[in-house]
Amino acid sequence: MPPAEHFAAPPGWEWWILAYFFFGGLSGGSYAIGTLLRLVGTAADQRAARIAFIASFLALLPCPIFLIADLGQPLRFINMLFDASSGGLAFKPWSPMSLGSWALLGFGLFSFVSFLGAVADSGWHAADPIARILRGTVGAVWNVIGTGLGFFVCGYTGVLLAVSNQPVWSDGWPLGGMFLASALSGSAALILLLAHWRRGVDAGTQLRLATADRNFVMLEAILIAAFLITVGIAGTLGKVLGVWIVLWVVVVLGLLAPFLETRTGSRRLTAVAGPALALLGVLALRALVIFSAQT
Amino acid sequence: MGFFTDTSICIGCKACEVACKEWNQLEGNKPELLLDSFDNTGQLDAQNWRHVEFIEQIPDNNGVVMTPTPIAGGQAWLMMSDVCKHCQNASCLEVCPTNAIVRTEFDSVLIQQDVCNGCRDCISACPYGVIGFNEKTGTAHKCTLCYDRLQNGMQPACAKACPTESIKFGYLDDLQKAADQRLTALQTAGYKKAQLYGRDATVYGGLNAFFLLMDKPEVYKLPNAQNAVLPSRNNLAGYAGGFVTAVIGLVAGVLAFRSNRMSEKSDAAR
Repeated sequence: MPPAEHFAAPPGWEWWILAYFFFGGLSGGSYAIGTLLRLVGTAADQRAARIAFIASFLALLPCPIFLIADLGQPLRFINMLFDASSGGLAFKPWSPMSLGSWALLGFGLFSFVSFLGAVADSGWHAADPIARILRGTVGAVWNVIGTGLGFFVCGYTGVLLAVSNQPVWSDGWPLGGMFLASALSGSAALILLLAHWRRGVDAGTQLRLATADRNFVMLEAILIAAFLITVGIAGTLGKVLGVWIVLWVVVVLGLLAPFLETRTGSRRLTAVAGPALALLGVLALRALVIFSAQT
Repeated sequence: MGFFTDTSICIGCKACEVACKEWNQLEGNKPELLLDSFDNTGQLDAQNWRHVEFIEQIPDNNGVVMTPTPIAGGQAWLMMSDVCKHCQNASCLEVCPTNAIVRTEFDSVLIQQDVCNGCRDCISACPYGVIGFNEKTGTAHKCTLCYDRLQNGMQPACAKACPTESIKFGYLDDLQKAADQRLTALQTAGYKKAQLYGRDATVYGGLNAFFLLMDKPEVYKLPNAQNAVLPSRNNLAGYAGGFVTAVIGLVAGVLAFRSNRMSEKSDAAR
């Protein structure tokens, strides 16, 4: 197969988009982990589940700001949802940016309600009615739908890059899955970090989160390998290497962090440094994908 | 309607660039010495809706012709006035999330400036690097095929200004007939590499601005038929990859959280 040839101009998606990809991924991933803890975990896991839902919403809050700030005409952000020329809805399922705008809106609703339920369970009684509703089957269904949307928010960003004619981004299919797996591992690290700071989170829950983190990291590593193979076949591997090696080192350290944690002696240090390094790796992965293709 | 650009008679005078800028009131970028033949605009972008490429094909130091053509004893100085191709299957139109990019009554592809919000997804998608982002307006810009002139019964400014009629404007059927005749004449005269680009549906369903080239499309920074692919080709595979990852991720999570739940139950039973 001959190498792909690209003559497209770079879109100039930079720091705002990197911030959105990072926080959006953490939001979707945290929601999914919150749902897993709530529906599959034990009673002792519920404190961590609440932390996950709160983290999900707080990570989501700046995302619209990042996206609007990146627009050339920020006040026209509403054109993503409503067609300014026809007056109807601007919904194009084959355009990941259009689909992602709607998914972000929908996920925002699910994340916000789950956040209210979590803060009510944590002692803010004004939201008790919502918490009561979310405790039963309705809550489980709500969490499952929210997780679906959360997964979409984690992964569509990769598909958005792939659905282009840019080198690296459009040279293969793995970006969506890679960003999703990376968001899951980053979210597990984030919740571990928050659990360490918040205290009162069951030690068994933390062990289970660490196990989940390692599972997610293995999935992420497989998808990173698939990504490198696809860009290698397309002949654009050189663009993601070279000066980007430094970021790759951070990515690799981030992937190793959950495993190093179990081998080192100083628990207090690794409880913070391990997840922090994993989060840096998640950020570095997105940065090198975004920037390498545009230089 | 569209353009037929015959590069075999382009003399690189840049009258098209000037006429385009003048009619469309484009300020142009700050002048730069690009040291790239006679090129001083560099590329198509928000300020350059026409760009004359200068491609020097000369023998290397050993006298070996790198890219031989039958012109001037093996040497050639190719020139091409590049422009938005107004593709039948337009990548920019496909991805635009706001429907700011539309197909007009003249079959051209137009960015509605009052709808565009400057997300730049179209720039990411255009395989020709045609669209540019204007910092002043905060929107994406490209050739409009002189939409305002067409509405008033005039031809686009570049075609009007071209002194050699390298840029021809008209109905596609007429342009295609003229292109076929010109290609036959060139090939008969020995220009074996001469070829039409975008005249038929092999490239983006056909281009409303198509070209007669004197070498391979890649030489002019145009993707060949194999590489002329739509962004949506990656939709299905991309989402499928994400879906499978989500399922595996869920299983991985369930295994992590469920295993301990089982062991806690067994501990309680003891």
